[in-house]
Amino acid sequence: MKLKEMMDKLGLELKSDSTALDAEVQHAYTGDILSDVMSHAKEGSVWITLQTHRNIVSVASLKSFAGIILIGGRQPDDDTLKKANDENIPILSTAMKTFEITGRLYELGIRG
Amino acid sequence: METRFDKTAEILFELKVEDAMKKDVITVGPGDTMTMLNEAMSKHRLSGVPVIEGDRLAGIISISDLIAWLMSGGKDSLVKDWMVKEPQCLFSDQPLIHAIKRFDQLRFGRFPVLDRESGKLVGIITNGDIILGTLRKLEHEYNEEEVRQYRASHFFQDINADRIDLSLSFTIAGKDFENAGNASTTMKKNLKRLGIRPEIIRRTAIASYEAEMNMVIYTSGGTMTFNIDSEKIRIVAKDSGPGIENIELAMQEGYTTAEPWVRELGFGAGMGLPNIKKCSDFMDIQSTPVTGTTVTIEIIIGADNEA
Repeated sequence: MKLKEMMDKLGLELKSDSTALDAEVQHAYTGDILSDVMSHAKEGSVWITLQTHRNIVSVASLKSFAGIILIGGRQPDDDTLKKANDENIPILSTAMKTFEITGRLYELGIRG
Repeated sequence: METRFDKTAEILFELKVEDAMKKDVITVGPGDTMTMLNEAMSKHRLSGVPVIEGDRLAGIISISDLIAWLMSGGKDSLVKDWMVKEPQCLFSDQPLIHAIKRFDQLRFGRFPVLDRESGKLVGIITNGDIILGTLRKLEHEYNEEEVRQYRASHFFQDINADRIDLSLSFTIAGKDFENAGNASTTMKKNLKRLGIRPEIIRRTAIASYEAEMNMVIYTSGGTMTFNIDSEKIRIVAKDSGPGIENIELAMQEGYTTAEPWVRELGFGAGMGLPNIKKCSDFMDIQSTPVTGTTVTIEIIIGADNEA
C-alpha cells in the first residue's frame, strides 16, 4: 500500500513537508527504544513511536524508513521537523495510541 | 542519439496522462451564454473549455466554435448550440504515448481527461502539457543519472595502486544530542556513492550509529574514522573517557549505565554494543579510565561488490 493511501485510510496527519508519499509500504515496526528499532525493523517500514526528538529522523534515514508515525497526537520538535524536511522523511501524526494504530495497520495487511 | 530516443520513448510509456494534464479545469455549463464563454476564455486565455452538465461531460467548446459564433453575428445564444457533443476523451491512466498518437490522428488542440471508473472529468491536456510533462520527467531522470554517475561504482577497480585505503574521519561531540547520528547518516550516503552493496551498507549503518550514539551518550566526545579498502570497512571509534568499567557486562544485552533522562529518549537500553557485535564481522573493545575507549569494528565487503 502506498503511504499516501495509508494516510487517507487512517486519517494520519502529515507534519513535515515531505514529498515522498508514493513509497510502497509493506512493513511497520512499533517501538520507542532506538537500538531495538535499529536492530529489528525492516528497511522501508513505517515506524510507530512516541519519541519526538530529532534523532528519530537519523534512525529513519539510516534504516531507509518510508515514514514515522507519532502516536497520541504527539507533535515533532521543531528541529525534528527541520531535519525531516532535509532528509525528506515524512513525519505523520495520529491521535490513536500505540496499540490501536499498530492494530489498524495490521488490519490493512501491513506486517512486521 | 539513439539511446536518448529510447529513453524518451520509455518515458512516454511510463508517464500517464494524469502526470502531464492540467488538473484545475475551468468549465462552462451547456446553458451558459456564448457571451459568458467569450469572457471566460479571454480572461483565462483558454483555447478550449469542457462543458459540464451535472457531473457529466456534455461536450467541449473551442476557440474555433467561438469564432464561428462571432462570424455569425455574435447574437444571444447558448453554449449547447455551438459545442461539440460527445467529444473524444482520454483516460487519466492511459500512457502519454497514447495521448500523442490521438493528437496525431485527430489533430485536436486538446482532450478532456476522464477518470476511467467514475467517468468524471479530472483534467484537460494539450500538446503543450505533454511537452512540459515530458521535459519535467527528463530533467528529473537527468538529475538522478548525475547522482548515479557521481557514485564511483567501480571505485576500487578504476583507481590503480598496489593498495587503496580510503579514510574518512568525523569529530563526535559528547552529550550533543542535536547532532548525534550525523556522522553515520553522512557515511551511509558516502558508502552508497561508492557503490557498496546495500546489505553491507545496512550493517555498517547500524554498527556505526550505535558506536556514534555510545560516544554521544557516555563520553566527552572523540573521533570516528572509517577506513575502506577493497575488502572491508573498518570503523574505529575512539573517545577520551571515562572508559568502560566492565566490558563483559557492557556486552550483555539489557545491561546499561545510562541515566534515566537518556533512557527516556529511547537511548541507553543496553543494546548498543550487542547490536554492533551482531552487525560486524570483527569487533574489539579496548578501554581504560585514563585513555578512554577504542571500539574497532570491521565489516567484510565481500567479493561480489558490484552495484
